[in-house]
Amino acid sequence: MDSVRSDGAGTGARLPLALKILVAGGFGAGKTTLVSALSEVRPLQTEEVLTGAGVGTDDLSGVETKSTTTVAMDFGRITINDDLQLYLFGTPGQDRFWFLWDELAFGALGAVVLADTRRLADCFPSIDYFEQRGIPFVVGVNCFDGARRFDLETVRRALDLDPDVPLVLCDARDRQSGKQVLISLVEHVARQRGEPVPAA
Amino acid sequence: MLADPSPGPHEWLDADAGPVVRPYTLTGGRVRPAGDAFDLVAFVLAGRDVDAADPWLAPEHRRLVELAHRPVPVAELAAELDLAVGVVRVLLGDLLARGLVAVHEPPAVAARPHDDILKAVVSGLRAL
Repeated sequence: MDSVRSDGAGTGARLPLALKILVAGGFGAGKTTLVSALSEVRPLQTEEVLTGAGVGTDDLSGVETKSTTTVAMDFGRITINDDLQLYLFGTPGQDRFWFLWDELAFGALGAVVLADTRRLADCFPSIDYFEQRGIPFVVGVNCFDGARRFDLETVRRALDLDPDVPLVLCDARDRQSGKQVLISLVEHVARQRGEPVPAA
Repeated sequence: MLADPSPGPHEWLDADAGPVVRPYTLTGGRVRPAGDAFDLVAFVLAGRDVDAADPWLAPEHRRLVELAHRPVPVAELAAELDLAVGVVRVLLGDLLARGLVAVHEPPAVAARPHDDILKAVVSGLRAL
């Protein structure tokens, strides 16, 4: 495996390869829950700051009139081995924070879109986003307590998903279930390249 | 800290958006690092030891160097320090300029890892 890099500074430290996976979906679809269930570190939130016009300048003047606010992004880590780590990033839920998605999506391996069958339309923008950018994704139908159980084919039709996009049922609170969603994503990425990962 | 007496309602500010803060006080108002922007999963690694007497370094700078004695990604540093990613990037830019840390951007292969890496991820996930 060639995932190990030297730090190039002669200190001998080995840098793991970090793969980025996004967890998207509508507000309240279970993104935070899924990231927390999968992460080996305590649920971490990292915040991105939004400022008004003038971002990108180093000019001190005007700063005092800029409004700043924070957008929390959930963030989790899964260590595969010493040389390989997965980083999960929950995307900000509100549409007006789309511009943050571009940064999150840059260099991402793929994405999980969580769907809540009670509010299926909420995940349409996420699906559109990844489709338009050619980022591989799977859709996880989060089975909430009390939510009507939908037939997967019905959900697939309602989402107008391409036939090759995996659609899986999951319970965002359950680590094993979340793991299966990630596995279907990685297998999907491999399939897209014509290099299927053999079943264990 | 006092809220900005804004001239009118601001499109970003409401209950969903979270509290109004002044995180860039720490960076002296700078909103971008001096050099490149750092990826969320770029690894930061401390270089030489920090001069304990260096008056230029803020406690946050020192803490970043401490944490980076093993390779740590930018997002994890922000979470550890409980600071916005944007603020941490500016502070890292300072440290980079002074040679106190090295920042390693993710290699292109991270977005399109080879088949053997994908296999390792799947078997690693199955084994969790």
